[in-house]
Amino acid sequence: MSDSKHTDQARRDFLNNSAKLAAGVTLASGVMLYGVAHARPAEQPATSEVRWGMLVDTNKCAKGCDACVTGCENENGWGQGSNDEQKSNANQKAQWIRKVELRNTATGHVHSLPMMCQHCETPPCVDVCPTGASMKRADGIVLVDKHICIGCRYCMMACPYKARSFVHEALEDQRAHAPRGKGTVEACTFCVHKLDAGEGTTACAEACNTEGHKAIIVGDLKDPNSEIAQAVAEYATTQVRADLGLNTGMRYRGI
Amino acid sequence: MKKTLFTQIGAGKGFYGLLAGLGAVILVGMLSVYHMEHNGHWVTGMTNQIVWGMPHVFAIFLIVAASGALNVASIGSVFGKKMYKPLAPLSGLLAITLLLGGLTILVLDLGRPDRLIVAMTHYNFKSIFAWNIILYNGFLGLVAVYLWTMMEKRMNRYTPVAGFFAFIWRLILTTGTGSIFGFLVARQGYDAAIMAPMFIVMSFSFGLAIFLLVLMATYKCTERPLGDAMVKRLKNLLGVFIAGVLYFVATMHLTNLYATEHHGVERFILMDGGIYTTLFWFGYFVLGTLAPLALLYHPATGKSRSMIGLASALVVLGGFALVYVIVIGGQAYPLVMFPGYEITSSFDGGVNSAFYAYSPTIYEVLLGFAGVAITLAMTTVAVKNLRFLPESLADADVDPH
Repeated sequence: MSDSKHTDQARRDFLNNSAKLAAGVTLASGVMLYGVAHARPAEQPATSEVRWGMLVDTNKCAKGCDACVTGCENENGWGQGSNDEQKSNANQKAQWIRKVELRNTATGHVHSLPMMCQHCETPPCVDVCPTGASMKRADGIVLVDKHICIGCRYCMMACPYKARSFVHEALEDQRAHAPRGKGTVEACTFCVHKLDAGEGTTACAEACNTEGHKAIIVGDLKDPNSEIAQAVAEYATTQVRADLGLNTGMRYRGI
Repeated sequence: MKKTLFTQIGAGKGFYGLLAGLGAVILVGMLSVYHMEHNGHWVTGMTNQIVWGMPHVFAIFLIVAASGALNVASIGSVFGKKMYKPLAPLSGLLAITLLLGGLTILVLDLGRPDRLIVAMTHYNFKSIFAWNIILYNGFLGLVAVYLWTMMEKRMNRYTPVAGFFAFIWRLILTTGTGSIFGFLVARQGYDAAIMAPMFIVMSFSFGLAIFLLVLMATYKCTERPLGDAMVKRLKNLLGVFIAGVLYFVATMHLTNLYATEHHGVERFILMDGGIYTTLFWFGYFVLGTLAPLALLYHPATGKSRSMIGLASALVVLGGFALVYVIVIGGQAYPLVMFPGYEITSSFDGGVNSAFYAYSPTIYEVLLGFAGVAITLAMTTVAVKNLRFLPESLADADVDPH
């Protein structure tokens, strides 16, 4: 009895102190305060009034720069952002985002761009998934529910962009906001944890901005006042393999 | 014409020896599965580029053959050919055991085989895989009922109805298996409606070849008479099916060759693909098609049991090569994401990879063999315990119509 009272008191103290600490941290950071104001409450589902999109300006994307890749790795805990996947070979290791160099075979012109999940409006991976683990949120973000993925890899066969990776070994070093697991499939999450927290951007875009290239714009394609909506309205942009009619959330300029 | 008498086979040294051998193969296969699942798929040759490997080649081959093995029964019940009726129980049995062998491989290769129950409780009805789960289970149930109507005298009058539904179901099932690839719009090597009927004709050929091998081996080992009339009928049918597969394979490639868009992948499979080109031309075309056709129809070899057995075995090997080329070759050819561009990517260790490499590890191969052994072991146990096989298939004992 006295034990449980003691535990209760300890728990209360802990919660009390955590709340004070959280309040302190939140108020100390102006950015955080702004973010929380725009965050979607946890109980409110994602809405189809938003369509998250990303625009990559390949003219600004620097050859040889892979800041977006390392930014994603560190944010989401794969590649150099994790101590895991020591046993997997280069083709077995996860790759949520990759830099691709394109050389026009006719003209020799080279450009560079990041490839990742294109967050299709009608994603083939979601169509073929037998259990519904591959899914698309109402706001257009394509994700894998790691709890019901059985690891059949049919989504990887169906993806036109080779955007998905299969986890080939047991993992220990993970981020709480980006759970991963041996025997399941994963891909770019559009930094859904950051968007849901109201940060309005992704790790790759942040890393690109830090490098000064500013090649990636993230935003709501359905909000006419957003930077991305205005950019795609003003400039010619391309969807990779637009012939498939998937209406991707990822757009590129200059290809 | 005597009534066909079905009996169990006896259990001698050969029977237990065979079971012990198959048991050993299954045991080694299960140890491989444990190794693969305990460590993760890094111990296999499969990668993020070649996501389906050797286990899938075995599994798809067995699943395709399963629906084809039922053909012999269908010809008897649905198309009323009396000569095939005594063979119907074995045909149904092989359909079930081949399917179970293939599915075992498929399930044990999953990243999370422990979540099989999830696949049974969460369905995405737009997924051809989810349909296949229903099609496979339905097939097992329907063929079991079909076998029951054949083997239980009071139910015999329902055999034609059960046989009819099983036949329709198997056509849909193989359409489903072919569509796993046919529906992959983004891949150059797949995305073709012809894959569904092609898989159906492949199933006719592979299934009958396996049926012939099992039939001849069983009758030889149990010293039951098997007449030349029966063997001749089956081997001629096999010849027609081999030619049928060749027709579909040729049509698919010729259609692709006409469209410039597909020249890359055709060049890869037919000319520059290394192992895939070799397997296609030498494995499938020469060994798996021309050689068995010659053996089956040449007057000097067409009457020899051992040559017919060899031809059937070649059809199985050639069919396996064809499935390998389809499954692995189709993935080894890279996706065309940026037509007109040469691509270098960090995904492949930064190399400008023209084609993706794959070499299976021993664990994958052992899992595949275990699936085959499961099929054969289940068949052996079934014919020992239930009346699947006619006492005699001698020419005098079978209705030649």
